[in-house]
Amino acid sequence: MPLATRIIPCLDVDNGRVVKGINFKNLVDAGDPVQLAKMYAEQGADEITFLDISASRDNKETMLDVVRKTADAVFIPLTVGGGIKSVADVDYLLRAGADKISINTSAINNPDLINEISNRFGSQVLVISIDARRTSEKYATSGFEVTTHGGTKSCGLDALAWTIEAVQRGAGEVLLNSMDKDGTKDGFDLELIEIIRSKVSVPLIASGGAGKVSDFYPAVKAGANALLAASVFHFQDIKIEDVKKELQANNVEIRSQI
Amino acid sequence: MSKNIVVLDYGSGNIRSAQKSLQHVGANVVISNDFQTCLDADGLVIPGVGAFAACIDGIRNVRGLEIVDKRLAGSRFVLGICVGMQIMFENGLEHGVKTQGLQQWPGDVTQIDATILPHMGWNNIEVSQGSRLFDGVAEEKFYFVHSFAAKNLDLVGTEKIDPPLKHYTTHGERFLSSVENGPLSATQFHPEKSGEAGLQLLANWLGCV
Repeated sequence: MPLATRIIPCLDVDNGRVVKGINFKNLVDAGDPVQLAKMYAEQGADEITFLDISASRDNKETMLDVVRKTADAVFIPLTVGGGIKSVADVDYLLRAGADKISINTSAINNPDLINEISNRFGSQVLVISIDARRTSEKYATSGFEVTTHGGTKSCGLDALAWTIEAVQRGAGEVLLNSMDKDGTKDGFDLELIEIIRSKVSVPLIASGGAGKVSDFYPAVKAGANALLAASVFHFQDIKIEDVKKELQANNVEIRSQI
Repeated sequence: MSKNIVVLDYGSGNIRSAQKSLQHVGANVVISNDFQTCLDADGLVIPGVGAFAACIDGIRNVRGLEIVDKRLAGSRFVLGICVGMQIMFENGLEHGVKTQGLQQWPGDVTQIDATILPHMGWNNIEVSQGSRLFDGVAEEKFYFVHSFAAKNLDLVGTEKIDPPLKHYTTHGERFLSSVENGPLSATQFHPEKSGEAGLQLLANWLGCV
């Protein structure tokens, strides 16, 4: 299969600066988003994801400016998530140069938003981001539930059922974040990936738990089409190039840099 | 001298990237839907994301059909990208609805038969011999995001006109991922999002216009 498995660095952006902490706590400043995005593109990233984690939504212009500057300098796909609550928010981001947008909590609060965005811009722009964790609660028939607030709050939704609903409503891609694995550097959540993959036919991005180069191939084997990581790339623990070499050694199709 | 390129503005998605990538490879680029500006440009880029029907509506609102017809009649270059390629065909069939395209090329645009859709990510192109567009980048991967495509183009050449160059990609099934047909070229993938390979392809196109 010649379609390459994608490696996607994720940059958490707070008021125009890139940050990433363990389990979204204890944030550490790690640089300028535009420069980082450019560096990652040069290092072989197949896409870039920005997650806007700014507490204040008063100044959306800051994020739009980051998106504009990045899209002007980096010619690979750019996904932006965080704080998107309306079709108008999506419109601004796409006009600023984003190719895809991801929504999470706002879709849980207002599932019709998924339909509205995909009807207006097409499902290919819409990534449904799901923060899933293990639970023994009865409503979570897949064994995984949907959470918000960085995994601290339960939504009372089964993760598989919610993913299926979001895709039926028009999401074109799933970003699956394992809250059990996030920040552990212990490998991706293979069980979670397998469960979602078995019922969902849109592309699946696995996130949470990447710690070393050998963590990536098992996630591809479990069914991920793309692999997203943040801190391991930011702090140069592992290089994108080395991840691709490892995948290639396991006969996974990757994109080589010119 | 820099070529003057217009990116057709008809309300479709991220056109800023098309503008910036062409500027990056040395073109003067404006985003416009002014009739005369679109006719006068050295090259016209027609981007497109989302639904076929919505793109056609947008194109019609800016007299896009007339613009494309007039340009091609005068051998002036046009590049369609993604849905901007699809709308060059006779019809688009999405979700059971048949929508008439710009009909520059025979054939319909239909859903790709694949396990995982959309076809999203970097894929190879089977490049036909003699391509100017893929000069130097025939072995590279390009970025796709789509669920629909034309599967083929049945168009023969004449004494005066060469037959179109057809390039293919496979995702589930084989489909047409690019065409070079005189002044009309198109890519199902996004050269403006395909890194260095995409920039080279755009530079190649600029070299033709």
